[in-house]
Amino acid sequence: MRHFTVLMGTALVVAATAYAQTPDPNLARNIAAGCANCHGTNGVSQGGNPSLAGMSRQDLVAKMKEYKAGTRPATIMNQLAKGYSDEQIELVAGWFAAQPAK
Amino acid sequence: MSIERRDFLKALGAGGALAAVGGCATPGGTRVSGKVVIVGAGYGGATAAKYLSLWSNGGVDITVIEPNAEFISCPLSNLVIGGSKQLADITVGYDGLRKRGIKIVRDTATAIDADRRVVKLAAGAELPYDRLILSPGIDFLWKDVPSLDNPQAQATVLHAWKAGPQTVALRKQLEAMPDGGVYAISIPKAPYRCPPGPYERACQVAWYFKRAKPKSKVLILDGNEDVVSKKGLFMKAWNEEYKGIVEYRPNHVLIDVDVRTQTAKFETQDDVRATVLNVVPPMRAGNIAQQAGVITANNRWCEVDFLSFESIKVKSVHVLGDAIQIAPAMPKSAHMANQHAKVCAAAVLQLLAGQPVSPTPIITNTCYSFITDKEVVHVDSVHQYDREKKTFLTVQGSGGVSSAMSALEGDYAFAWAKNIWADTLT
Repeated sequence: MRHFTVLMGTALVVAATAYAQTPDPNLARNIAAGCANCHGTNGVSQGGNPSLAGMSRQDLVAKMKEYKAGTRPATIMNQLAKGYSDEQIELVAGWFAAQPAK
Repeated sequence: MSIERRDFLKALGAGGALAAVGGCATPGGTRVSGKVVIVGAGYGGATAAKYLSLWSNGGVDITVIEPNAEFISCPLSNLVIGGSKQLADITVGYDGLRKRGIKIVRDTATAIDADRRVVKLAAGAELPYDRLILSPGIDFLWKDVPSLDNPQAQATVLHAWKAGPQTVALRKQLEAMPDGGVYAISIPKAPYRCPPGPYERACQVAWYFKRAKPKSKVLILDGNEDVVSKKGLFMKAWNEEYKGIVEYRPNHVLIDVDVRTQTAKFETQDDVRATVLNVVPPMRAGNIAQQAGVITANNRWCEVDFLSFESIKVKSVHVLGDAIQIAPAMPKSAHMANQHAKVCAAAVLQLLAGQPVSPTPIITNTCYSFITDKEVVHVDSVHQYDREKKTFLTVQGSGGVSSAMSALEGDYAFAWAKNIWADTLT
């Protein structure tokens, strides 16, 4: 568990560095907006699909990586997750984790 | 935006410092001002208005020009034609946008003066803009179906390819049709709005016939060589769920109709007489796009810079949704229009602030089709911007279709509608 925490910490630093250096200051927000069609604006769902707002970053990253690997059954997310890089998944998960869950 | 603000940003310099400032300003949004006029409050225009407001914390002055009093969704409108939903179920008002301080003007944009940066309205007013966003949807190339090039004929042989009165009228024609009749739908050559839409409509009409008029037939007269979207899934539905009801005929390029006898005429194939003839005519970007001079591809579609959705031809004019010349494998869909609008809104805010637009946009598509009133199939895709090719490319290995129709996906389809309507309109 301690090992896991350290790893996540490293990932956070990597993501934060990428965020600071990227020419798009709103990259995480902009990628996350693409999820809103089904998961609600700022990740607050209107029902039927899970809210992403306030979801733990680790949980969201883990689920997306399972979808991407095909180890988590789904109708759509297993196909969509494969379109995102690991860096994009980290960014977007961090952004949703910081949103208030209404 | 004020000069002071611009100088302040300039003083900060480019790159890291600005990114850091911008980063601190999110997720509440950057403080930007300016005047943006949006033409069309469908999935593209309404989403652009909402996100410009959200991401500028109401700092941008937004006016939307829309001739219709309410938003009526094209997705799910085939369920109204099939009879399992009513028009009211797919109608949403614009009060959610108004509550954000967005002005909705019920009028039609008739002309753009790009030099003076004003939009002229049918009622006579002129609206100035710093940035103009056109999301005009589609209009039809009636000259390609000469006998339909008049309002009387268009009220008889319906398209129902814009949700609203035509949707209800087509439903009424089907209700009035005696059992044993033939409903025929003519599909134009791709690209057209909503690639799987005609096939979904055939399924919905067949669903209605199977229960209410079992001796009736559905005839699909496709101008394309083959089923354009979700082929395996639709073919399975027609061969199983709707066996003996639906017949698919490829290579039927429509050249005209006989309105009185509801007869479709083709380039090479024999005439087809139907009881209810439904023609989806060839189409292009909506009328205002033509007037604005932003149609640059095949006299039909608007080419844009995919980083901002700004027209390649007319400065400070952006185009969204079905009206654009699409990148490869990028469908003309509602979901896509919503996604275009977010890339555009983010870019417009950057441009109003004198800042560079994001070089790495990513958009997705998700599209559900109803086979029955409850059972659904999907297609989805992910498109990342390619710097060298200057276009969106689908990510290798991503996206796909359903393995089979299911009621679970039906639930997801209704959840999609609920969420995208709120995301677009509130």
